[in-house]
Amino acid sequence: MSETEPLASVQPSADDPSRRRLLLASTGVVGAVGVGAAAWPFLASLRPSEKAKVIGAPVEVFIGNLEPGQLARVQWRGSTIGIMRRTERMLADLDKLDDRLRDPESSNLDQQPEYARNQHRSIRPEILVLNVHCTHLGCIPQAIPEVGAQPFDANWLGGFFCPCHRSTFDLAGRVYAGVPASSNLLVPPYSFIDDENVIIGVDPEGAA
Amino acid sequence: MSGLIRTLAAAALLVATGPSLAAGGGDLDSAGTNVFDRASLQRGAALFVNYCMGCHSLQYQRYQRLAEDLDLSEAMVDEFLVKGNSELTDYMKSSMPYEESADWFGKAPPDLSLTARSRGPDWIYTFLRSYYLTDTGWNNTVLENPAMPHVLWDLQGTQRALTETVTDEDGNSRTRITSLELDSGGRLSPAEYDRTVRDITAFMEYVAEPAILKRERIGVWVLLFLAVFTFLAYLLYVEYWKDVKK
Amino acid sequence: MSKAAGPISRGVDAVDDWVNQRASVKSFYRQHLSEYWAPKNFNLWYFFGSLSLLVLVNQLLTGIFLTMHYKPDAEHAFASVEYIMRDVEWGWLIRYMHSTGASLFFAVVYLHMFRALMYGSYKKPRELVWILGVAIFLILMAESFMGYVLPWGQMSYWGAQVIISLFGAVPYVGEGLVEWIRGDYFVADATLNRFFALHVVALPMVLVLLVVLHLAALHEVGSNNPDGVDIKAKKDAKGRPLDAVPFHPYYTVKDIFGAGVFLMIAAFIVFFWPEGGGKFLKPDNFVMANPLVTPDHIPPVWYFTPFYAILQAIPDKLLGVITMGVAVLILFFVPWLDRSPVRSLRYRSWVSRVALGIFVVAFVRLGMLGLSQDSSTFELRLWTFVYFAFFILMPVWTSFEKTKPVPERVTS
Repeated sequence: MSETEPLASVQPSADDPSRRRLLLASTGVVGAVGVGAAAWPFLASLRPSEKAKVIGAPVEVFIGNLEPGQLARVQWRGSTIGIMRRTERMLADLDKLDDRLRDPESSNLDQQPEYARNQHRSIRPEILVLNVHCTHLGCIPQAIPEVGAQPFDANWLGGFFCPCHRSTFDLAGRVYAGVPASSNLLVPPYSFIDDENVIIGVDPEGAA
Repeated sequence: MSGLIRTLAAAALLVATGPSLAAGGGDLDSAGTNVFDRASLQRGAALFVNYCMGCHSLQYQRYQRLAEDLDLSEAMVDEFLVKGNSELTDYMKSSMPYEESADWFGKAPPDLSLTARSRGPDWIYTFLRSYYLTDTGWNNTVLENPAMPHVLWDLQGTQRALTETVTDEDGNSRTRITSLELDSGGRLSPAEYDRTVRDITAFMEYVAEPAILKRERIGVWVLLFLAVFTFLAYLLYVEYWKDVKK
Repeated sequence: MSKAAGPISRGVDAVDDWVNQRASVKSFYRQHLSEYWAPKNFNLWYFFGSLSLLVLVNQLLTGIFLTMHYKPDAEHAFASVEYIMRDVEWGWLIRYMHSTGASLFFAVVYLHMFRALMYGSYKKPRELVWILGVAIFLILMAESFMGYVLPWGQMSYWGAQVIISLFGAVPYVGEGLVEWIRGDYFVADATLNRFFALHVVALPMVLVLLVVLHLAALHEVGSNNPDGVDIKAKKDAKGRPLDAVPFHPYYTVKDIFGAGVFLMIAAFIVFFWPEGGGKFLKPDNFVMANPLVTPDHIPPVWYFTPFYAILQAIPDKLLGVITMGVAVLILFFVPWLDRSPVRSLRYRSWVSRVALGIFVVAFVRLGMLGLSQDSSTFELRLWTFVYFAFFILMPVWTSFEKTKPVPERVTS
């Protein structure tokens, strides 16, 4: 670029080029920090607002009248949360399925809190709390708790069947192998206030 | 040319600092509030809930935000502030039914969320100290014939108006209020009452703009940062302009 | 440049070539920055052009983010602004940046226009630059007026009521016109909704287009300078002006410094004085719009008050509206009203200086009168007269005044 000689009124002073470079760099760095800092409020303004947080606050659910085998549905942060009181038979059946499931041990840690990482995927074995949106594309699977042949599975032991793309899950929300969905149904954070009340959105005390 | 610049600057300053048109009435006393005084805001919040919220709502203010901003524990808010069957996450709404209240008072008590910004703190402060008793009931020198009775009268006591008769140019004489005098004292001394009203006013200032608590704190840092940047940019400018022949 | 280039710089060069074969980025950069020859004697007044651009960018950016949270609905607009102020993280900052930006926009634009008047920047060959500038000013007025309606406070509402009613002065079609603008029989939800569309989509596009044309027109003929000397008259062997410096880096570093000072002023207002003493955000606008209650006093925002005062000075609705319109439109004719052989005030006689001084006083005084409720009619008319006299008499004094000889080269 040196082929263009400077204008008549410009005499590039060469007395201290390092000073110019230093000033250029420091102004540039401080300016870049400023632009970054100014960008932050704009990006942060896109996060859920206080109002959204209030609307998305934890929900308390009374489960005292939940019959064995019955599934209750509540809304939390725009998702349908299913709560089911499983029977002894249902819990026993969970044992028989390991070889037909993709992730029987709940190895994918994103799909449940640590305190629900067990065979029944729940805090108390009989109470199942699940985000029942299919992990494939977000449809809501049908709950089919009865044992018996189904059009999509001759040896059905009860579980969830997604009508959108025929994904199947067992009664702990664990995904079957060979279906479009690739991970287990999500267990939301929840805890027990007492024997008859569950709160969705709050971890049990002591759990991170 | 510099004279022109000076005229321009003086004129601009005059426009910018001209009298504020915030207040509707005549002379207002300076509220002297300090919105950064947490204790004052806490007292103001308690007073507001006890004396004002029976009728007036703060429709944009949540109890939860109040607790966070004023360093109140949620238990304190639950116990002392949240009234009736409201939740911590609710807006601070009066339990008075809006429709019926219009029948009781002639007009519905206005929401007070933004009053400190629409009327100004001085107006609120002066208004709450300017009730006086007449033969027919309460009146106020700031807002004549208010629909609202003097709800703080047990604290302040009762004032009466001292008047004088003036004759205007047309020869009509009328009475004019010169000052208010404390007739019988309330539970608080005048100085204590002023402080009480100041606390309520400060609280309403906060409610009108909760961001004020962090706005100025952040502003200091932003200005410091910009000062550093501008100084560097100045050095850079001087450095480059060494090249330019005069 | 061509020393054993590493893979990264070879990659950069390849991308560079690819782009430049398809779009002339480099020639654009040269034409408008590194080889845009700007007079070397710009003074303080030459900051306001680049500052206007800075404020425009601020308004566009903050505006986009406000649009994400604001609700253009008469039922919800007011509450949605309070939602932004309280519930949206940093919403208060973005809103104050936008509301303060509106006032600062006019501040820098007025100073920028004053600079042009002072140094004759509108004179041949820069008439088109000036005309585009006045067009920007006009659109900016419409843009800010409609933006002011969006918070749907009492001032928004009644300001809209008053300004829209001005169109009712048009003979024969006035009433129909007003109804058509409002889209209802009073200022209502439909009005708010269409003002929102115009404020966030239509007018910003026009504004940006006009700004691009304004700059293109300027760079075609080159910048004026405080001496009003034509720097292209004296060139070096390569045909480059002797009294010029390349815009980049010399004026970019200078403008960055100017932006720093300006941002400090802006930040002070945003963080410590966002209501601007009731001038930037009016107290009455913290009360939700109520079609049944008119505020005692409906002054426009400070940057409109000079023109509003002119409206008040005329005792007839139609004539008042026409006069106010002419007060703005007359600016378009300034390049032809000024008959002076010299551009800059520096080489004109005391007559021009006094005339411009009195004009500024008239403009500022009209601004103050427009803010107040009980301005004397005499004073309103006096300064309105002075305002127009400045333009109407301009051909007279600029033809007859004795000018000083303009130097061949710029002074330092």
